Amino acid sequence: MSFSWAKPYEPKHPVMRWIDERLPLPRVVYGAIGGGYPVPRNLNYWWNFGVLAGIFLTIQIVTGIVLAMHYTASTDGAFNSVNQLIMRDVNAGWLLRYAHMNGASFFFLVTYIHIFRGLYYGSYKAPRELVWMLGLVIYLLMMATGFMGYVLPWGQMSYWGAQVITGFFSAFPLVGEPIRIWLLGGYAPDQAALTRFFSLHYLLPFVIAGVVILHIWALHIPGSSNPTGVDVKSERDTLPFHPFYTAKDGWFAAAVLLFYALVTYYAPNYLGHPDNYIPANPLATPAHIVPEWYFWPFYAILRSFTVDFILPAKLWGVLAMFSSILLLFFLPWLDKSPVRSGSYRPVFKRFFWLLVIDVLILGYIGGAEINARNVALGQAAAAYYFLHFLVILPLVSKFETTLPLPNSISESVLHGEEAEAAPAGQTKTKRGGSVATTTAH
Amino acid sequence: MATKATSAEVNDTTGPEEGVRRRDFLNVAAVSFAGVGAVAAIAPLIVQMSPSADVLAMATTEVDISKIQPGQGIKTSWRKQPVFIRNLMPKEIAEANAVPLSDLRDPQTLAERTKPGKTNWLITLGVCTHLGCVPLGIGEGENRGPFGGYFCPCHGSAYDTAARIRQGPAPKNLTVPDYKFLSATTVQIG
Amino acid sequence: MVRVIGFLVGLVFAGVLLISLVSNAASYFRNPPAPLASEEFHKEPKPLRLASDGPFGKFDNRQLQRGFQVYSEVCSACHSMKLVSFRDLKGIGYNDAEIKKIASDWKVQVPSINPDTGEPATRKALSSDNFPSPFANEVAARAANNNALPPDLSLITKAREGGAAYVHSLLTGYQNQPAELLKKFPDAKTPPNLHYNPYFANLNIAMPPPLTTDGQVQYEDGTKPTVNQMATDVAAFLVWTAEPNLASRHAAGLAVAIFLLIASVLGYFAYQNIWYSSKREVRVTGALDPENQEKNRRAKAKQGVAG
Repeated sequence: MSFSWAKPYEPKHPVMRWIDERLPLPRVVYGAIGGGYPVPRNLNYWWNFGVLAGIFLTIQIVTGIVLAMHYTASTDGAFNSVNQLIMRDVNAGWLLRYAHMNGASFFFLVTYIHIFRGLYYGSYKAPRELVWMLGLVIYLLMMATGFMGYVLPWGQMSYWGAQVITGFFSAFPLVGEPIRIWLLGGYAPDQAALTRFFSLHYLLPFVIAGVVILHIWALHIPGSSNPTGVDVKSERDTLPFHPFYTAKDGWFAAAVLLFYALVTYYAPNYLGHPDNYIPANPLATPAHIVPEWYFWPFYAILRSFTVDFILPAKLWGVLAMFSSILLLFFLPWLDKSPVRSGSYRPVFKRFFWLLVIDVLILGYIGGAEINARNVALGQAAAAYYFLHFLVILPLVSKFETTLPLPNSISESVLHGEEAEAAPAGQTKTKRGGSVATTTAH
Repeated sequence: MATKATSAEVNDTTGPEEGVRRRDFLNVAAVSFAGVGAVAAIAPLIVQMSPSADVLAMATTEVDISKIQPGQGIKTSWRKQPVFIRNLMPKEIAEANAVPLSDLRDPQTLAERTKPGKTNWLITLGVCTHLGCVPLGIGEGENRGPFGGYFCPCHGSAYDTAARIRQGPAPKNLTVPDYKFLSATTVQIG
Repeated sequence: MVRVIGFLVGLVFAGVLLISLVSNAASYFRNPPAPLASEEFHKEPKPLRLASDGPFGKFDNRQLQRGFQVYSEVCSACHSMKLVSFRDLKGIGYNDAEIKKIASDWKVQVPSINPDTGEPATRKALSSDNFPSPFANEVAARAANNNALPPDLSLITKAREGGAAYVHSLLTGYQNQPAELLKKFPDAKTPPNLHYNPYFANLNIAMPPPLTTDGQVQYEDGTKPTVNQMATDVAAFLVWTAEPNLASRHAAGLAVAIFLLIASVLGYFAYQNIWYSSKREVRVTGALDPENQEKNRRAKAKQGVAG
């Protein structure tokens, strides 16, 4: 941690001192989330969502481990082990199952908000590019974990979702079909696929936890960004993480958990699909195969390519779907504006909100029925998505005029009069803007 | 947020004592309340490991004993464990009653291990009380050991005709489960 | 470099999407898709109000027992309920002795083996058994039902869009095919083995109307067994089979929600407490130090520079 005023760890309790002398874990925790981690004082609530993602990862791991004590990974027994054993006979089994099912949805929800925070405030920019990319790795692992987890109950959507998603690979010429068969251990999702998905579904969350540690470690080198995007200049700009942000994260987490509890206890099947309460039948396809809601935008992009053009439509769809996530890895180089925060980039800000609307439209289309209007809307929205990141953002970042930035975080937190107290005469800051009395947010 | 002229500073300076205590109380209250919730949240995680409803439902088994002749026994299953049901011959009953209690490591009379009026029906778990092997002796031709009851081949525990431990490392007699006669020919175990 | 390649990739994807969009639009306007009978004549389920509705919903055991009676006397002839055990009936108010009798009197027996010969046989159900399926397997079920498979009913209200309302509307929705439909879609006449029901997705269902006359079941509690009543009761019963823990879920939810509400409020005040009760007075140095500011102001005034 590179802030010189970070409080050093000074254990007062003899037991903590004893442990710390032998294994500096208390010191590491103190420096990461305790009083020893200086954080910009002006963070807003959009900064709470990283911790929330960590909370939901923990909920998923804990509920998942206990569910695995009762689950049977066999094509004959899986559906019954979930819907009879766990839901009816295991003590509190219904609670654990619904908590795990809806926990996945909430994990994705808070992660999406966390990602969009990063997009708006330029969190992906130097020197935090690796934090961003590790975050994308976490997201990819989450998608794999979520997909495999959904297959485990072996309902109709489990089976046919597995069929569709592994079918993506057969779009690739030559190597596609052999890869698909290798992934499944067979020609269609069956016992081999189910047991390996169970094994990997149990494993990947721990891999995610490891990458999360790297993600936080990479963040703590430069320290957290903030809504102005202006770097921390002095001690006055920061507050120790504990107790200021532990308190803020704590109360907000309780409120989000309240929302989570209301869904889990009162509408546990709202975000799911009724067809997954029908046992898997390889001979009968459901009327509308759709993945869980958190995959809908990608599903919409996939289905938008309906015409063969040099490459078959199916291959276009798969390439576009993978590209839609992979292009995010290049974002720090696509958007090279030296101004981080969207608050000071009015043109960028408008396009950002267009992107939000676009992703919401894509999400809606991914889950909606297939008719001419929806397909057309999806195609337009998918086109905008690619244009936004690959064409619009590079151009905007090159040609936009940004608003003048505040001199420091403290200055942006204070209003008006104090910001005049610069040496006599007007000065230009390094960024080319004049000293201004702008406020944050 | 900050409408005052000065900004908040890192609180390494303490305010007036009373104010600090009053302010601390709210923080302590909030953290304690959350802590109670965290402990309560552990309850379902622990309770889910207790036997589930389907396992508890298999806790009683009915057995038809009409076909067991005196001198014969059957091995059946209750709570996924072996149960020996033996129809003792009068010779075996006499042998059991002749043993002085002082000779027994785990003193019990045959009458204590059977139902009144049905002392010929010996119903015990078929699990050796030493380390859990299934003793021999219930089936035709199996080794019944030096005391004519059951014999555990794992470490040599020998049980007598009332399934009481007589020799070898086992500490207790074969366990008699709760059971009752629903009729002359049906027994309900558990 | 990245930006150049990205630019081209973006244009390519957008271009292919545009081609797809234009091509789809063209074919849509050239050959508009024909309307389907099922789209136009399908009806959404009628709203159904049950005691278990809403966040404070609880089961009405008397209704569930009536529904169970309908299931056992009408539906169980073709529909299995494999995930429900006889012992679960305790949850709707039967005692152990009644359950034992229901199980052993159940007309379908449980597959077993002959203890003497080892041949496949059947035995009377025990309380710990699940409801045995009326058909040995899918092939037998289809053979007995014109190649249609009567679905298992354990989870049916969770496995169908519309839930209990759908089940109720379906059971009471059998009618003659409307003349209007035949006029508009002359090819859409209901095939001889199927039955017209506008609440079913493709309008023609293989199940013949199971509840045809009032009084088909004589309720033990004396409630008048109209078709609508029987359909409502069995729908309520099927909500229970799908969600036997509904009542405890709602109760636990209330406790947890109230707890978290209080925790959030307490937490919020603690947060405000921490952020605003920390020392407000600042030892400021440098440009923003009030002393320095005063010095600056006086110096500027002396020099006559505008402040």
